[in-house]
Amino acid sequence: MSFQEKRAIVSLISTILITVLYCAYMVERFPLGDPYSAEVFRFWGAFFLILIPVTIVAKIVIHILFSILNTLATQEDEPAITDERDRLIELRASTLALYSFSLGFFLAMIALATGLPPSMLFVILICSGVAAEILSDFSQFSMYRRGF
Amino acid sequence: MSKPRIRNTIRKLRFDHDEMTQQALADKVGVTRQTIVAIENAKYSPSLELAFRIARVFNLPLESVFTFEDDSQPTDKP
Repeated sequence: MSFQEKRAIVSLISTILITVLYCAYMVERFPLGDPYSAEVFRFWGAFFLILIPVTIVAKIVIHILFSILNTLATQEDEPAITDERDRLIELRASTLALYSFSLGFFLAMIALATGLPPSMLFVILICSGVAAEILSDFSQFSMYRRGF
Repeated sequence: MSKPRIRNTIRKLRFDHDEMTQQALADKVGVTRQTIVAIENAKYSPSLELAFRIARVFNLPLESVFTFEDDSQPTDKP
């Protein structure tokens, strides 16, 4: 298995792990009561504001750890260059992620238009964001696996 | 309609050039070894620039390294 395939798997697992742990931590802080109260919106604002830096930092740390462990285990260094095939694979994965998130955004707007509680909008946005990330990692793994 | 494929003779050419390794070829043309593997196995069609770079390593014209196969095209019969 190539370094890029392993990196995609690590990214996939870390995305799932970070999301599950963060959601488990935040769900206890969800304000109960009126679903249209300002507290609910404050909660979701904080949810996204904290989630973004937490995900970035956690992914950087996991990537560094993976690179070190992989080098120790296989004596294979991380590829120093990103070539045209890497860029094409990344582009295709990004496009798939964009489609996935766009669909989620569309569904979130439907939820809002049909009068569902605002929390549903944010839950759909989170789910589509995670789905986009998972789809991107999985498609990268799949494309590296089969050649392109 | 079947998918057109770009075939190549890179594996044979590497062998003929003092058994050049995939990594050595990758370093010469500026790509990763995995990309050379994918090209050799006809799983990835390189860009025109990369194809020229590979041909230049072996001092051969492009058509001696890469050939285009399209099964959908009718073959000329006498």
